[in-house]
Amino acid sequence: MMSNESIRETHAKWLRRRWFLRECGVGLGGIAATSLMLGDSAVATPSTEKSPNPLAPRAPHYAAKAKRVIYIFQAGAPSHLDLFDYKPELAKRNGQLPPAELLQGYRAAFINPNSALLGPKFSFAKHGSCGMELSEVLPYTAKIADDICLIRSMQTDAVNHAPAQIMMNTGSQQFGRPSFGAWTLYGLGSEAKDLPGFVVLTSAKGTSGGASNYGCGFLPTVYGGIPLRNAGDPVLYLSNPKGIDQETQRASLDTLQQLNQMSLQQFGDPEIEARIQSYELAYRLQSSAPELMDLQSESAATLERYGIKDASKANFARNCLLARRLVERGVRFVQLFHEAWDQHGGLTAGVKQNALDTDQASAALVQDLKERGLLEDTIVIWGGEFGRTPMVQGGNDGRDHHNRSFSMWLAGGGIKPGCVYGTTDDLGFNVAENPVHVHDLNATLLHLLGFDHTKLIYRFQGRDYRLTDVHGNIVKGIVS
Amino acid sequence: MLGVNSLLHCRLIHRFTALIAILAIGTHVMIVHAHQESQNNVDYQRDIAPLLAEHCSHCHGVDEASRQGGLRLDKREDALRGGDSGARAIALDDVDNSEILKRVLSNDPDIVMPPPSEKKPVSAEGVAKLRDWIRSGAPYDTHWSFTPPAKKNLPGLPEEKPIDSFVHHQLRVKNWSPAPRATKEELIRRVYLDLIGLPPSPEELAEAVEASFEQTVDKLLQSERFGEKWGRLWLDLARYSDTNGYEKDLQREQWKYRDWVIDAFNKDMPYDRFVIEQIAGDMLPNATQSQIIATGFLRNSMINEEGAIVPEQFRMVEMFDRIDCVGKSILGLTTQCAQCHTHKFDPITHHEYFGMFAYLNNSYEAQSWVYTDEQKKEITTIHEELSKVDSLVREKHPQWKTEIDRWREEFLGKEVAWSFPQFHQLESISGLNHPTQEPDGSILMKGHTSSDIFFVSKLGPQKITGLRIELLTHLDFPHAGPGRSKTGTWGITEIELFTKRPGEKDWVKHKLVSPTSDFSNQDTKSADGKKSTGPVTYLVDGTDDTTWTADRGVGKRNQPSLAVMRLESPIELPEGAEVKIAMRMTDMVGCCRWSLTDANEPSAAPIDYAAQLALQVKDREWTESEATEVFRAWAKGLPEWSDFSAKVDELWKKHPVAATSILHLHERPARDPRITKLLDRGNWDQPTDAIEPHVPAAFHPFPKGEPNNRLGFAKWLVSPDSPFAARVAVNRVWQALFGEGLLETPDDFGVRAPLPENRDLLDWLSVDFMENGWSHKKLIRQIVLSETYQRTSKGLGPSRDEDPRNRWLARGPRFRADAEVVRDIALCVSGLLHHKMGGPSVIPPVPQSVLDYNYTYPSYWKAAEGPERYRRTVYGFRKRSMPDPVTSSLDAPNGDLSCARRVRSNTPLAALTGLNETIFVEAARALALRVLREGGESDQQRIDRVFLLCLSRLPTQDESRVVQNLLDSQRKRLAEGWINAKEIATGDAALAPDLPPKTTPQDAAAWTVVSRVLLNLDETITKN
Repeated sequence: MMSNESIRETHAKWLRRRWFLRECGVGLGGIAATSLMLGDSAVATPSTEKSPNPLAPRAPHYAAKAKRVIYIFQAGAPSHLDLFDYKPELAKRNGQLPPAELLQGYRAAFINPNSALLGPKFSFAKHGSCGMELSEVLPYTAKIADDICLIRSMQTDAVNHAPAQIMMNTGSQQFGRPSFGAWTLYGLGSEAKDLPGFVVLTSAKGTSGGASNYGCGFLPTVYGGIPLRNAGDPVLYLSNPKGIDQETQRASLDTLQQLNQMSLQQFGDPEIEARIQSYELAYRLQSSAPELMDLQSESAATLERYGIKDASKANFARNCLLARRLVERGVRFVQLFHEAWDQHGGLTAGVKQNALDTDQASAALVQDLKERGLLEDTIVIWGGEFGRTPMVQGGNDGRDHHNRSFSMWLAGGGIKPGCVYGTTDDLGFNVAENPVHVHDLNATLLHLLGFDHTKLIYRFQGRDYRLTDVHGNIVKGIVS
Repeated sequence: MLGVNSLLHCRLIHRFTALIAILAIGTHVMIVHAHQESQNNVDYQRDIAPLLAEHCSHCHGVDEASRQGGLRLDKREDALRGGDSGARAIALDDVDNSEILKRVLSNDPDIVMPPPSEKKPVSAEGVAKLRDWIRSGAPYDTHWSFTPPAKKNLPGLPEEKPIDSFVHHQLRVKNWSPAPRATKEELIRRVYLDLIGLPPSPEELAEAVEASFEQTVDKLLQSERFGEKWGRLWLDLARYSDTNGYEKDLQREQWKYRDWVIDAFNKDMPYDRFVIEQIAGDMLPNATQSQIIATGFLRNSMINEEGAIVPEQFRMVEMFDRIDCVGKSILGLTTQCAQCHTHKFDPITHHEYFGMFAYLNNSYEAQSWVYTDEQKKEITTIHEELSKVDSLVREKHPQWKTEIDRWREEFLGKEVAWSFPQFHQLESISGLNHPTQEPDGSILMKGHTSSDIFFVSKLGPQKITGLRIELLTHLDFPHAGPGRSKTGTWGITEIELFTKRPGEKDWVKHKLVSPTSDFSNQDTKSADGKKSTGPVTYLVDGTDDTTWTADRGVGKRNQPSLAVMRLESPIELPEGAEVKIAMRMTDMVGCCRWSLTDANEPSAAPIDYAAQLALQVKDREWTESEATEVFRAWAKGLPEWSDFSAKVDELWKKHPVAATSILHLHERPARDPRITKLLDRGNWDQPTDAIEPHVPAAFHPFPKGEPNNRLGFAKWLVSPDSPFAARVAVNRVWQALFGEGLLETPDDFGVRAPLPENRDLLDWLSVDFMENGWSHKKLIRQIVLSETYQRTSKGLGPSRDEDPRNRWLARGPRFRADAEVVRDIALCVSGLLHHKMGGPSVIPPVPQSVLDYNYTYPSYWKAAEGPERYRRTVYGFRKRSMPDPVTSSLDAPNGDLSCARRVRSNTPLAALTGLNETIFVEAARALALRVLREGGESDQQRIDRVFLLCLSRLPTQDESRVVQNLLDSQRKRLAEGWINAKEIATGDAALAPDLPPKTTPQDAAAWTVVSRVLLNLDETITKN
């Protein structure tokens, strides 16, 4: 057996080595990035290896334009035809059947594709010096037209909600792959000391894709998204049991850590050190999460700008403001889910209501980030899992799922502002020019975060997996 | 990008001189220098195969479709021959002129290999290896795991047990001394956690200290808790879940499968049998209910019930999932690549993928009731009694055969001709369901349920006097349907018939009258009196408030029915006219068939339709059950039937009701096979060539004499000739005990997997496993009785630095226990744990905010109360789209897909869970009372007790002091009124804890604080 002295010495040696790796600019990030650029296969094998801090900030492949992402996921699939992509021809042919050649090999989800065309439900006007044409129900988005890039030529593979949401968020229709947020965290680590690196905020109802929309897939658990809850504890099990106050909590944790330190001395297992750290972070989270959720420090003007009338009420607007507070605190990836856009019927009222619920706060977030100097290295993404048919569903006020074309907008972090990219045909059915597939979008987003999307890989089951699978082209036209 | 996890890997840290060189200079040269010494012995499998796989196989490997320049490098003769260019890829006589070396070394972007666009340059180290390898004659070798394992001679000392012989030998080569043996107490806790997933009680500990270790091991192997621990590992692979997944994520009943797995482990079912029953139990001769339940394994796939899906698309996703699962759990091979194209590294072609797929693609997605043994006996008795009634009838009618013939003739004489329209439009008005029509004209309505369906067909010139609907049984629906309710029943509110003549714009509705059926339920009204269910007249009465159904009751309800309706005014349709049939339902129909007739006044005979179908069988070639159907239908029409009917009705009323059901496989009949087609790029809607079931040619042959079907495939999977079966199973057991397998990647034994450090040991154990009847228990026993397993995990030793992951096994295993074990430890040491085997899943408490995140709110989610609440975690309800917050924060998978290895993480969420989650808090409170109750009277005695309970050892002086300090400080705070004793001890300031004699609420509170700390100790939740 080793003497206690030599155990301590060896442990100290181990700590010193860690300090060196972390503090001398050759931390985990340095090693990761370097090995990654060399394509070092010998170390790419996934393992259950113990790593003191898998969330330490890391440098990407090359100089990044963006450091953070706020992904506003409008689940249920917003109607591009009534929000972003005005089609006078569709208005003109309202009630007529679509051209037969358009429908060849086409599959809608619910309807017989050979259903009458349905004209846009709202009027559109041009906005900003860029002249971006937007629906009347988006008056606030209209004001940030010169800050955003509107893609009108999005395409995806799936036509049902759950697979399409998974496709959008993980690059695959098959469950079990890491989400975009998880890949980002895996690649970049987190700068948030006292908060999770990937935070999820939900308004409206639960999403079709469920927890897999922000899951870690086969990546280690630490890279998965952590939901901040609207009711009860913002982070699950954040509150101490009844009767345990702050001081008793601290005394308990001090005892726990002292005992764990004794174990560390005995076993010399670095895992114990990691456990000690995780309890300390949990303790810090107990104050940082409530502080984050408490909007009292926000000015009345800010609340008003986001359209927050009651700061204690959980809704999309509050989530937008929380998103800003999260990125201010170094959180790498914030994802908002607003599952409300599935207007098979009640299209006019539904889209109008959703716009009322989301338009002002989405725009306020972009403006707020801009004023605080955060927009330049934060990407904001706004969109859903697919678009909606130019053909009617039901009587005269509904649209079915449509994956051939839809719209999304992006802003900030290296995105070309005041720009419209891609077009659809006269009926908003097919992409006419510059198609952007989900994989292209993801390749571009990774590029802005400093990654070659073909090289941000994780070996699992003998295969190098990537967010973009074997696809994806960077869409240069949306990059500034 | 490399795994962040592996960054602090020894290979990096401890070679960090080399790393700094890379960082500083950014060239490969320094690495070569750092590794130069190790270049002397190049091993094809260790050094070259992974290199070829990484850099070359993509274009010069197995996949012919993507092969470039006609060059193949994974086979020696091909590599020596070279590619189309004529250049010698490998020149044995002129090593440096080998094209392969020239290409990887080239600076010319047009020449260099791999092409710069691949961004996978071969490192200088790799080049050196290649050169050395060619110099030594470029020997190739079959990948180690593709040839069956063999027992090599034990390399160690004669007195060493086999496992130690291999491990010690390696350690001696490295000049490392193994860590000393763990203390008896350490070992007892370790083996308790490993074998049954629970820590020993202080009494069990004391008993085990007195006994030999071997006796303890044997006792634990006999415990029923064993299956609960080891079954869970298989359930990860089986992607067991209690819900269907996807958006709707509705409940399913599948817990009988979980019970089967636990039971199989407890009985130590031989692994080959274990696999065969799960893959093809339904096809074994005289398959038992248990063997059918076993096939739930493949049915654990997710099921999409989202509105408007095309069911075949998601059936294909299920099929891919099943192959993936078989690959990960049994073959130890990644199959996903071959789903879309020929595997780039491992020898599975695209064609062979679908060859395996074809074995699994010929079954129904069946669901059946599961009866208890008692119920099975009752059912047998009922059928015996019914047969006795049949005998009595026969006694009264000695000429029964002739009478039945006459009756049959009479029936057939009345039958009219029916035509089956082919529908070109099959839709639901809502669009939620997309029905399909089979070649026999029957219609299947899978996917999302829908209440309003219509069918449109173009007809030739035709007179129509009547319309018939047959409700048909089909094994893709619950209990064979014909309906889709939980019991397979259905209810139709209205049927309507429309026609449209060529050139006309609008549909004309035709009034349907005089409906008849083989059977209808008695008229019953709903509680509010607004709805009625029963007679067939309800089909055409013009209101959706009334429903026709034919539910013959328990034991008889899943059989076909029919209804015939007449047109009030028969119609003559010209060529090109269209007919539209619309039907609305309460409980949806799964399978039905429409037909039209021009006969006068058609009607349905009041004979059970199953018997009618049998009567129509040509030449009375009846199966036994068809003959019985006919006999009983005939008997029902006899004048004296009333003498028997009461007895028969009474018997059926006694038919037991099953408490649960199982999703399982049921092979399609030989007359109606499903043809598997290769799917281009794995796309479900791009079928190409028909594929016969076959196994990959590179592996062991299909077992001789076995049928080329799913059962034969199952036997092939676990054939003694298989290079995989035993290795994969053994490696998995090793992984469970040591935290990592002898091969790190339990689901990938292919050429890209790292070479196991102790490969000979893995092979030796694999052969031994088979020689010992594929017994898990014998294997586990052998491992835990080795010295290798019994070493201490304490201390640093030389290997801690050199080998932090313990790949060379110089120390005992140490890792945080699996999620279920962590939670069970808290339940167990607090005394809350309720031991009860099997049964339906137990719903754990979760915060309301978690429930609120569901797309479909799980209104059934009522957390269990009383003892049920504290069942073992393996019995917890698992909802796919709402991963259990406790177990998922401790890295348990959610069952979306097969999982062979859990990663272990350390997150603040897991810390918060252990500190504050409801069950953990209840455990802390219960542990406090337990310590007060049984721990003696002094603080020190109680501290000793809580350590014994949680850690199976006594505290050190330092530990006692630290805990005493916490006790003292909290007592002071309680006394001063800073904190409330009752609130801490019970969660309610007004509620007193159930105190043991001579203790106070303050004691309970102070000890609750201490217990909470103890339950969260690293050592408590770790297998040390």
